[in-house]
Amino acid sequence: MVNEPTAVEAKASDFRFPDAPEEEKYSVCVHCGFCLEVCPTYQAWGDENHSPRGRVYLIKACAEGELPLDESVIDPVFTCLDCRACETVCPSGVQVGALVEEARGQVFFARDAEGKRDPIMRFFLRGVFPRPARLRAIRRLMRFYQRSGLRRLVHATGMLNVLPAQMREMEDVIPDIGRGPAIDVLPETMAPRGETKAAALLFTGCVMDVFFSDVNEATARVLVRNGVEVRVPKDQVCCGALQVHAGDRDMAREMAKRNIEVFERSGADYVAINAAGCGAALKEYPELFRDDPAWRDRAVQFSSRVRDISQLLVEVGFDPPKAELPMTVTYHDACHLCHAQKIRYEPRSLLKSVPGLTLREMPDSDRCCGSAGIYNLTHPAMANELLERKMDDVPAGVEAIVMGNPGCMMQIRLGVKRRNQPLRVMHTVEVLDLAYQREGSR
Amino acid sequence: MRDAHIERLVEIVGERRCLWRPHQVKAYACDGYTAEEGLPRAVVFPETTDEVSRICRYLYENDIPFLPRGAGTGLSGGATPTGGEVVISLARMNKLLAVDFDNLRAVVQPGLVNLTLTRRVSHADCYYAPDPSSQSVCTIGGNFAENAGGSHCLKYGVTTNHVVAAKVVLPDGDVIDIGAPFGDAPGYDLLGLLVGSEGTLGIATEITVRILKKPQALRTALAYFDRVADASDTVTDIIGAGIIPAAIEMMDQLAMQAVDKSNYHVGYPADIEAVLLIEVDGLAAGVDEVMSRVVDICRRHRVREVRVAQSDAERALWWSSRKMAFGAMGRISPDYIVQDGVIPRTRLTEVLQKIDEVSQRYGLKIANVFHAGDGNLHPLILYDSRVPGEAERAVRAGSEVLRACVDAGGSITGEHGVGIEKIGEMTYMFSEDEIDAQLAVKSCFDPKGIVNAGKLIPLPGRCVEVKRARKIIEENWQILDSFPDQAAVQARGVFSQEAGREASTSAQG
Repeated sequence: MVNEPTAVEAKASDFRFPDAPEEEKYSVCVHCGFCLEVCPTYQAWGDENHSPRGRVYLIKACAEGELPLDESVIDPVFTCLDCRACETVCPSGVQVGALVEEARGQVFFARDAEGKRDPIMRFFLRGVFPRPARLRAIRRLMRFYQRSGLRRLVHATGMLNVLPAQMREMEDVIPDIGRGPAIDVLPETMAPRGETKAAALLFTGCVMDVFFSDVNEATARVLVRNGVEVRVPKDQVCCGALQVHAGDRDMAREMAKRNIEVFERSGADYVAINAAGCGAALKEYPELFRDDPAWRDRAVQFSSRVRDISQLLVEVGFDPPKAELPMTVTYHDACHLCHAQKIRYEPRSLLKSVPGLTLREMPDSDRCCGSAGIYNLTHPAMANELLERKMDDVPAGVEAIVMGNPGCMMQIRLGVKRRNQPLRVMHTVEVLDLAYQREGSR
Repeated sequence: MRDAHIERLVEIVGERRCLWRPHQVKAYACDGYTAEEGLPRAVVFPETTDEVSRICRYLYENDIPFLPRGAGTGLSGGATPTGGEVVISLARMNKLLAVDFDNLRAVVQPGLVNLTLTRRVSHADCYYAPDPSSQSVCTIGGNFAENAGGSHCLKYGVTTNHVVAAKVVLPDGDVIDIGAPFGDAPGYDLLGLLVGSEGTLGIATEITVRILKKPQALRTALAYFDRVADASDTVTDIIGAGIIPAAIEMMDQLAMQAVDKSNYHVGYPADIEAVLLIEVDGLAAGVDEVMSRVVDICRRHRVREVRVAQSDAERALWWSSRKMAFGAMGRISPDYIVQDGVIPRTRLTEVLQKIDEVSQRYGLKIANVFHAGDGNLHPLILYDSRVPGEAERAVRAGSEVLRACVDAGGSITGEHGVGIEKIGEMTYMFSEDEIDAQLAVKSCFDPKGIVNAGKLIPLPGRCVEVKRARKIIEENWQILDSFPDQAAVQARGVFSQEAGREASTSAQG
């Protein structure tokens, strides 16, 4: 054991399915450990297994046949928040997120092969998110639930107590569902004000359009206001990020293909996206087509045109609002904006352009809030711990916490609700939209 | 399934803080030194001195080997379980226990991260001076064990100069306080002995360190040199001029290439041989003048370009570029071994030439990153463990580099520790009597020889036996041929492996 020969005879990899974690990705890790301290799960537990370096090491061991694909690998791979904080610090540029997602893909396939499917998870991954009609139906149900008095009734009778605590609380912070999803409400094409600087496909997303369709509408208004023609193809589908995070890569590929085709037909210059998680997923579409050169090329072309809304506004040039918006806000860096897409400067520059607005930075603004897709439902203890830390970091005297991702917005709404603080939770583009609207009312 | 010993450990720390299933402990097979691995028997995560003491007492009574581990960023394999040890992870003992700003002292648990201490005291304009490149992750306990250095040790000294007292759990579980928060502790300098003992004598569970007031001002310069010799002469002349810079760091072209491919891109010219990063600090009134003298000295030695940082962001980038250099090696090579030799500063050019020869001879690239001010070299030997035999070759090349350092009048380690990596070179540096004296100390603390055994000090007995065995094998090789085929092949494999290791790590063949 002391001196195992380094060149081991080739053992069979326990990643038995296509699209497995690649040697060229994990062999880049030199095990320096610089990622440990930025990893939320390592910070909490101090366990090497639940650190980026540890996860990559275990994935490598599994790929080399040193470990079976069992709990020893599966647990660490699924406790990962996929927040990518490790990728920001990693000097060697290890793509930890992609490796973890590919490993999850192996787990998903393996469970399928063994007939150990999780029916509820599968229902949502395959039956709901990829299907716009069903998403709309869920949205309508929720709106009905909120507005018909049913919600009051349910609350009064304590029926919600059948739900796990985490979901019960989440139910409580669902925003008021607006009239209809932006994908239906917005016209297919919206002409820009003034000269046309570019045309953008507005990616409306799934969660964003169910819970925060207002943000989508605000995004469209802000783009139009800044000379960008907005196109809203009605046949676009959810980006597939949730599927990728859960390991359902086949489904994700189908959804990616649809979105790529929709974009190609639209003739737009950009894909504008206001959800950090979706933006990262859209930009990483080529990862899904490593074994399919033709689609890979189309995905590369597509991804090169994807812009976060803040990025797009800075790139095409935006008009600073002329009206005052006297507000003190703090900004939370969504992981999939700052770590996955390296976008930190643009949202802040939008906020700072608003006259009268004060941006008060919070410490460790780029630490995950615990939302992480559906992580807050699958790993509530860790998610809650991170949420508490995030709320502790909110500076005194701010009126709003601003961010660029719907998952974080839901999670932080929960934090605000728990602490009973008079704080608004806003999307960056909502702040800008609010300032523009004030221009008209001067 | 789990034996009585594991049961007992679980009783002490609880189910959730004890990993023992083989697959759970796999992630603890090595630290930042990856050339050798071994599975621990279990990993425990104590949270108090009392728990550490109870763990040690039980393991020691039952002759079960163990070793402590911090963040596992060590570069010499000090935390690698080579004998099925129980790993005592101190990662959860990460509290800052007390700070005395007036007297500039902090009491920390061993798992507190080095840079976290600085962050926690920075509101009072204080900091913790030793700054290993891994300071954002490595722990003060690990620094204590390795007597860690860092870029600014040129002016401020290494860990031992900053630790003033400690609570230590001895191998048998007894808890003692050593050193003194203020003044000198009379008697033998046990603290001096413990700092740098690489977890072979005990486990520090509370460490009292000095914190310093931040210097009023600092200036940082980046200087590009066409030739290493010029950069090297510059370093000598700066120190010769009576200037004590806070740090002087050097990187060679290969190291620059790796780090420029990372997130910490500076954009070094592709045709320079060396870059110097020079920092001076002190009173605001003097730093500009000192820096201009430094710049003059650079110019006298044909510097191609020298710039002084114009902003904190620029300074931070230059420093990140230097401090992330090891980790960035993944950009140009799947594996590396980093050496830690020390040489008299004036012999830098000559030793670098020797390193280059070693590189050519072994067909392995070697990048150089070092603390030029105190002659502490960090040659990074790049290899690919997937290529059969390359790891072994890299180890041998590293050994030659270290010998070149010793031959130049230096040492095999400046700050990374001996661990398992350089244990063979210890006998090159020290005579048998000198090693015996060290072993005598070890046996006072650990008469059973089971606490992080096989690290730091080589056991001469083993060396002698292995040498004798190899001699017998070499002289009687043909005997193996008369064995049944498979057995002979196996035996040959085992012996040649053992002999190879012996040749690679032991000194006097």
